[in-house]
Amino acid sequence: MATKIFKHIQTSVVPLPIENIDTDQIIPARFLKATTREGFGNNLFRDWRFDGDNNPKPDFVLNNSNFSGKILVAGKNFGCGSSREHAAWAIADYGFDAVVSSFFADIFKGNALNNGLLPVQVSDDFLKKIFDAVYADEHAVVEIDLVDQFIKIVATGEQETFEVNPYKKACMTNGYDDIDYILSKKELIKEFEGK
Amino acid sequence: MGQTLFDKIWDAHVVSSNEGFPDILYIDTHFIHEVTSPQAFDGLRTRGLPVFRPKQTVATADHNVPTIDQHLPIKEELSRYQVDMLTKNCKEFGIELYGLGHPFQGIVHVIGPELGITRPGGTYVCGDSHTSTHGAFGAIAFGIGTSQVEQVMATQCLLQSRPKRMKIEVNGKLHKGVGAKDIILYIIAQISAAGGTGYAVEYAGDTIRSLSMEGRMTICNMSIEMGARCGLIAPDDTTIEYVKGREFAPKGEDWDKAVAYWKTLYSDADAAFDELLSFKAEDIEPMITYGTNPGMGIGVTQHVPETSSFEAKEQGSYKKALEYMGLHDDETLLGKPIDYVFIGSCTNSRIEDLRQVAEFVKGKHKADNVTVWVVPGSKQVQEQAIREGLDKIFDAAGFPLREPGCSACLGMNEDKIPAGKYCVSTSNRNFEGRQGPNSRTFLASPLTAAASAITGVVTDIREFLKEEELV
Ligand code: SF4
Repeated sequence: MATKIFKHIQTSVVPLPIENIDTDQIIPARFLKATTREGFGNNLFRDWRFDGDNNPKPDFVLNNSNFSGKILVAGKNFGCGSSREHAAWAIADYGFDAVVSSFFADIFKGNALNNGLLPVQVSDDFLKKIFDAVYADEHAVVEIDLVDQFIKIVATGEQETFEVNPYKKACMTNGYDDIDYILSKKELIKEFEGK
Repeated sequence: MGQTLFDKIWDAHVVSSNEGFPDILYIDTHFIHEVTSPQAFDGLRTRGLPVFRPKQTVATADHNVPTIDQHLPIKEELSRYQVDMLTKNCKEFGIELYGLGHPFQGIVHVIGPELGITRPGGTYVCGDSHTSTHGAFGAIAFGIGTSQVEQVMATQCLLQSRPKRMKIEVNGKLHKGVGAKDIILYIIAQISAAGGTGYAVEYAGDTIRSLSMEGRMTICNMSIEMGARCGLIAPDDTTIEYVKGREFAPKGEDWDKAVAYWKTLYSDADAAFDELLSFKAEDIEPMITYGTNPGMGIGVTQHVPETSSFEAKEQGSYKKALEYMGLHDDETLLGKPIDYVFIGSCTNSRIEDLRQVAEFVKGKHKADNVTVWVVPGSKQVQEQAIREGLDKIFDAAGFPLREPGCSACLGMNEDKIPAGKYCVSTSNRNFEGRQGPNSRTFLASPLTAAASAITGVVTDIREFLKEEELV
């Protein structure tokens, strides 16, 4: 089944300089009751974004109209905790195409890659440079190129390369998914079972 | 060069390995539950695929279920819908479901082991990060996302890159009042909530060996809280004894064959690990967390760290965590009044946990300011507890025994900790809002939780043990 294709983006960014953002913050458990993949963006960062009476909290970055863009930039160990893929769905559904951090939790990274949401792991230094750039100018633009595997702060030209599993890269740039690949090996699976 | 336990099991399950691709790993049993499966079933429908090996798929309802009056329909509409959806999907795709009312129902990571489905040398996955629990049997077990749930349903396989291997040894004799939960909270506090990311962690050493299967499950359960892909412990006589005679354990000749194989499952003496860590059991106190990730833990007599002890770039997140918890630099948690005690979750809701708590609270009563919930991990645990009369002890102590489910571990069902309230919890996560919006969690062992319920404040269990020795 085809998934979203990702090759290159260039956009302003949304900064969230908090470390260890867990998937319970990204999407709290009480919003996991939907049985489809859509609509989770409404509850992205729910308890940071809204108060108990569902009023937007003005100091949270998603409620600050000065910041927008398709890249979420967050502190290290992003996506730790629960394996809920709903976290990746919520971020993508909200409108982000990529998340940049200096460290990602394993399962989140895999879930993001399976949903056309690119996790870009940068050095601590580069992460700081992005935060500095966006706090100096809210419209600072960042470019991410998956084909050549680099991320660049456009205004200053500073850039860094990033790692991505070559298989996952091929999937994302072509819109393939894992199931199609494994299904093509079904005979091998049956052979394995017979052993 | 010898092989690690992890590699032995992995290699025995590789269907195909191609340069530049992740391995195709065969999965022995796929556990599913109501929260992370509906979209996967939808995916199968869209692709027009059946579940490839329905007999190797086991379903239960745990996250959304109420823990009182389980014989009545679920009140909360969306929860009920999700649980009903699981029933419908299991029927359509031919999967055995241990749903509400079934004698095998319970938290997915409690029922797999207790039914003898989880065994040494196997591969287990579930759309749930605490699948690492099953590694306690000397198995590869880890949590996956819903796209991967669909993948396993469709093919009984998973595309996975082999993680790095870490060995964590714990040696020495534990102090009285210190148990498996304290060991794992201690390790995570030492290496941080991200310290195991990218690794399969094998726990070893004589302290680990001396633990019961329940204790080993508590340790492996929380591997994910240090970011590890999975945790595992080499099987031994304790493991074999535990599996023997269980509902789905191999029988007769199959059993003998299985045991012979299980005895080959250990890391060879010269096996290479990418990382080796070692801790002394004597250094471990009863542990408690003070912050908003499981790495933020201290010995119960220690003080909350000073903000200035962290690097500048970490101080913002640290302050935010303390503010959320209503704590300040250098505070001691001992004596801090609490509101709730939750004894349950896939970390600490097995019969041994309940026995330990019952033994301790016998003849005592909870403090007036505390609400206590004891939630068994499964229907079988609940019935065993009742057979042993533990429910009566609990009742007399003001610790009502509820019905099985995830309960207050995750604030998804009816059992939520109210905003601003403190809960000493035997579960595994203290994230903001984990137990309910704005709830505040102190993670601890069942004994520490029980002692704190009795006094109404965060308590050092060793104080009680001292007194009891004097009596
Ligand atoms: S008890 Fe808690 S951690 Fe365990 S499976 Fe349920 S929600 Fe997850």
